[in-house]
Amino acid sequence: MRKGLIQSCGEDLTLLQIDSLSVEYRTLASTAKAVQDVSIGLEKGETLGLVGESGSGKSTLGLAVMGLIRPPGYVTSGRIVFEGSDLRMLSEGALRAVRGRKIAMIFQDPMTSLNPVKKIGDHYIEYIRAHDPTISEADARSTAKHVLEDLGIPDTRIDDYPHQFSGGMRQRVMIGLGLALNPSLIIADEPTTALDVIVEAQILKLMSDLKSKYSLSLILITHNMGVVAEMADRVAVMYAGRLAEVATTTQIFESPKHPYTQALLDTIPNIEAEDRVLKAISGTPPDLTDLPTGCPFHPRCPYAFDRCRAEVPELIQTGERSEAACFLLEGMLARPSLKSRD
Amino acid sequence: MFLTGGDVGSAFIEVERLRKYFPVQKGLVAQLFSRSTESVKAVDDVTFELEKGDVFGLVGESGSGKTTTGRITAGLLKPSMGKVVIDGTDIYALQSSGLRRFRKKMQLVYQDPLSSLNPKMTIGDAIGEPLRYLSDMKESKRRDAVLELMDRVGLSPSDMFYGRFPHQLSGGQRQRVVIARAISIGPEYLVADEPVAMVDVSVRAQIMELLLKMQKELNLTLLLITHDLAVAKYMCNKISVMYLGKIMENGRTKDLFANPQHPYTRALLEAVPIPDPRHRGGKELLSGEIPSALNPPKGCRFHPRCPYVFDRCSLEEPGLVEHDENHAVACHLYTEGKSSVLLAAKKSK
Repeated sequence: MRKGLIQSCGEDLTLLQIDSLSVEYRTLASTAKAVQDVSIGLEKGETLGLVGESGSGKSTLGLAVMGLIRPPGYVTSGRIVFEGSDLRMLSEGALRAVRGRKIAMIFQDPMTSLNPVKKIGDHYIEYIRAHDPTISEADARSTAKHVLEDLGIPDTRIDDYPHQFSGGMRQRVMIGLGLALNPSLIIADEPTTALDVIVEAQILKLMSDLKSKYSLSLILITHNMGVVAEMADRVAVMYAGRLAEVATTTQIFESPKHPYTQALLDTIPNIEAEDRVLKAISGTPPDLTDLPTGCPFHPRCPYAFDRCRAEVPELIQTGERSEAACFLLEGMLARPSLKSRD
Repeated sequence: MFLTGGDVGSAFIEVERLRKYFPVQKGLVAQLFSRSTESVKAVDDVTFELEKGDVFGLVGESGSGKTTTGRITAGLLKPSMGKVVIDGTDIYALQSSGLRRFRKKMQLVYQDPLSSLNPKMTIGDAIGEPLRYLSDMKESKRRDAVLELMDRVGLSPSDMFYGRFPHQLSGGQRQRVVIARAISIGPEYLVADEPVAMVDVSVRAQIMELLLKMQKELNLTLLLITHDLAVAKYMCNKISVMYLGKIMENGRTKDLFANPQHPYTRALLEAVPIPDPRHRGGKELLSGEIPSALNPPKGCRFHPRCPYVFDRCSLEEPGLVEHDENHAVACHLYTEGKSSVLLAAKKSK
C-alpha cells in the first residue's frame, strides 16, 4: 500500500486500485513517458472524472486498466488491482474474462469503432459471443434488443447498418455494446467529444441513468471540465503523465489546490459567468519525450521555486479522499498565495 | 436595424439572402428516370450586416450551415443565390482578376492548423506566402516583415522560429502561424472557422486573446464560426444562431445570453455543460437530432423538435423579425404573442 491510496474508505468498497502505474511508448529515437507513477482508487458506484489535455496520459491510463497497452507501449511498473486481483499478473486468457465482462471501454468516435458493413445486431452478437461462446446467437440477439431498448433505440432497427444511424444513435450503440455483458466498471474515453452539444447532453443524461440502473462504476475520460462538473463524484486532474490533483468534484471546482487545476479553471470560458476575464496559461504542455525536471508543470507555474525544478512533488492529502502534488501544499494548505475561487 | 438588413450604406459587410444548394450526385439510372435534382440546402436565405470592427459569431451544431456561410462571405465559394457586399463591392459580381485583388481584404483561419500548413515549407516562408502573391513587397523586405509579424503573434524569438517546420511546433504555435499568415497582407475582414476547437484547453485562451488583440489593433471585422457558445460569448459582440441553413435568432451577445428568445437557442444554452457542479442536473433536454438538410422539415425547420410547437409552425416558415431593438428571432410564438409560454417555462425551473 503506497501513497495515494485512500484508506479511509474501507477495503470492501474499493473496486479498482491503481498503484504507482507507469507506461511508456518506446521508439528508436525516444521514449515517451505517457503515464508516470499514478496511484488512484475507485469505489463501487463511483464516477471518476479523469481530465487532462491531449498527451496528459488519461487515455493511456484507461487503456492500461483494460490491459490494452500494446507495443510500442509498455507498462513498466505498478499494480492494477481490480476486485482483489492484480490484472497485470493475469494471463491473457484470464484477462479476457475480465475485459468486456467486468470492465468495458467506450471510445470516442463511434463511426470508426463500428464496422460499416455489419448490422447493428451483428455487432452485439459478435461481441457477446466472443466473450462467452456458450451464449447462443438467439440469446445474444435478445440481449441486444433489450440493451437497445434501454438506450431508446427501437428494436426494429437491430438489422440496420451503422450509416443509417445518426451520430448520437451510433454513440448509443457503442454504449450499449459496453453494457451488453453487464460489467461492473465502464471506462468511457471522451464519449461525447465527437457530438454536438444537445446530443452530448442527451448522452450524458443517458449515461447517468444507465449507471444507476446497471449499478456501474464509471471512469469518464474527458478534456471538458463542464462534462466533469456535470457527471463526476471525484475528479483526477492529469498533467504530463502524472496526477496533479484528485479531489471531490465540489472541491476541484470550488477550492482547487494545485496551481494547474486553478489555472485550468481560470482559462475556460463559462456561459454562466458574467464578463469574466480569462487568464491564459502561458506556454504549452511539455513534450513527453523530453520532460522538464522536477514538477512537470513548473515551467508554466506562476508559483514555481527552486525545489519545483529539482524534485517531483508527491501527492499530499488535502482533504477527505483528496490529494494534490505540489510543494506549496506541504504543511500549509490554506496558503494565501493559492487563493480559493469565488 | 443593423441585423435584419434594413438600411443600406453604413454596413461594412452586407450579406443578403444568401443561399447555397449543393446538388446531390445520383447514379446514372436515377438520373435517367427522375427529373428532379435533389440538393442539400446548406445555406437557405441568410441575411446579416456587419459594421467595421464587429466580432460576429455564427453558432450552431454541425450541419447548420455556419462554415458554408463563412466560406461564401470570404469569397471562396460562390453562392447559389444572394449577394455578399464588402465595403460597397459585390464580390461575386467581380471578374476573377478583380476578385483576386479583392482577396487582400479577406482572409481565413481554419480549425486545423496542421493541415492548413504545408509540411515541407518553413513557417517563415508560409507566413510570407500571401505577401509574395498578393502584395508588391520586394523579396528583400519580406523576411523582415515576416519576422515582425511573428513577434506580433507571439512567435518569439522570431528568428529562431523562422526556419522551423510545422511539425516542430505545438498546436497553439501552429495556430499562431496561421493567424500571422492571415494578417500578413493587412486584411479588413477575417473569417475564423473554429479557431480553437483543436487547440489544447490550456492554450485556448491564449489563441482567443491573440485573435481579439489582432482584431483590435487592425480594426478587423471578424466572423467567428464556432459550435462552442462559451467561446462565442467570450469573443463576440454579436451572435447569430443557425439551424439547418437558417438564422434562428440574432442579436447582441449580451441580449442573446440574457434573454434568449428562440426555443432552439434556449435549448442550446441549456445543453452546454457548465464547469460548475452547482449547476448540475435538472436540464430540460431536446430529443432527437438535427435532421438532414437534404429534406428539411416544412414550415419552421425546428418544429419537429420544438417543445412549444403549434399548428402554424408546420405550415408556414417564420421570418426573422426584430421584436426587441437589435434582437431578431424567427419564431411564430413571437408574432402570435404566445412568447409567454417561454417565460412560464423559464420561471418554473
